[in-house]
Amino acid sequence: MESMLEQQFQATVDADGRIEPRDWMPEGYRRTLVRQIAQHAHSEIIGMQPEGNWITRAPSLRRKTILVAKVQDEAGHGLYLYGAAETLGVDREELLDLLHQGRQKYSTIFNYPTTSWADVAAIGWLVDGAAIMNQVPLTRCSYGPYARAMVRVCKEESFHQRQGFEAMTVLARGTDVQRRMAQDALDRWWWPALMMFGPSDTDSPNSARSMAWGVKRFSNDELRQRFVDATVPQAEYLGLTVPDPDLRLEGGHHVSGEIDWSEFTTVMGGNGPCNRERLAARVAAHDEGGWVRDAAQAYAAKRAGRAVPAAA
Amino acid sequence: MTSQGDRPVEHPAARQPQPLWEVFVRSRRGLSHTHVGSLHAPDSHMALRNARDLFTRRQEGVSIWVVAAADVVASSPDEKDAFFDPAGDKPYRHPTFYDVPEGLTHL
Repeated sequence: MESMLEQQFQATVDADGRIEPRDWMPEGYRRTLVRQIAQHAHSEIIGMQPEGNWITRAPSLRRKTILVAKVQDEAGHGLYLYGAAETLGVDREELLDLLHQGRQKYSTIFNYPTTSWADVAAIGWLVDGAAIMNQVPLTRCSYGPYARAMVRVCKEESFHQRQGFEAMTVLARGTDVQRRMAQDALDRWWWPALMMFGPSDTDSPNSARSMAWGVKRFSNDELRQRFVDATVPQAEYLGLTVPDPDLRLEGGHHVSGEIDWSEFTTVMGGNGPCNRERLAARVAAHDEGGWVRDAAQAYAAKRAGRAVPAAA
Repeated sequence: MTSQGDRPVEHPAARQPQPLWEVFVRSRRGLSHTHVGSLHAPDSHMALRNARDLFTRRQEGVSIWVVAAADVVASSPDEKDAFFDPAGDKPYRHPTFYDVPEGLTHL
């Protein structure tokens, strides 16, 4: 029975069909999706912090309103994704607990500090640019609710990347100090952005299974290559130097030098520059926001109390 | 309120899980409401406001419905075949079932 269901499931996936919440699915598929979608959601809400740090210090009202809108979008993306994860039979509260206890991870990129305004520009340009490369194929993911959430996310993400590139352009064409800020931000964010695509294909044990399940459409290295090809000309346009002495043009591709995977492992293992700070800020935000949830519940109870006599 | 310290007293035990709501948005007049996702809120009133903030930040809608997810009655995917079977052997319900003589129009 189980094997017949599994065959039907795989046939649906192979035919590029979609799996919907109440369909039968292998337990491993469900587990993989819950973990991936939850970590994706966690990344969105932790990702509010590095840029959120600059809202009060944005250089103009225009930049400030843009940044507020972007950070609000990240919260929204987190909610779309928690919603998608919940269709697989888990609770958002449960997933938040796992994040707060450090038992589920989020993208390593958000454990780097934003030390200047140029970092906000670089995050939009590079981090959101890399996120788009990763997320566009997920709009065709075999799990319907995840794919649909990704469609919404990708639409909004494109504004994020463009505003970052625009802010970067202003700096790159500005004074010497501004140009140095822009270059410094590129120097610090380039390699962590490349690491966002995950370990190299030779070191990515679950990739093959995710591919067979239609959760992953392209390998980590393929997507990373696309990002490098797309981004190097943009850096050239800005007159900035990609901090990679081994970067070369080969067979029509911009080939980057060796990635320092020990840094990735360190940050993944909890020892990046900001891991503890990010998690502590998240837990504090959750705890200190408790009164809002209590107030909302009290308000609902009060309204429900009023509704009864009115209806009678 | 009994909390006197710097930090609000946590009442996690008293805090009930917020129910799930399915959200439907009419993107413009003349179109049906379409399911866009779900969210949590303590009641329908706040679900509607949360839905506005979550799903229509860019004028994606002119009307929103929220429905308690627990109130949705759905057909079972396990019974999909049997449930939809009656329509399976009635191709004559489609216009493509019929031959149209060549050269004739308005048919």
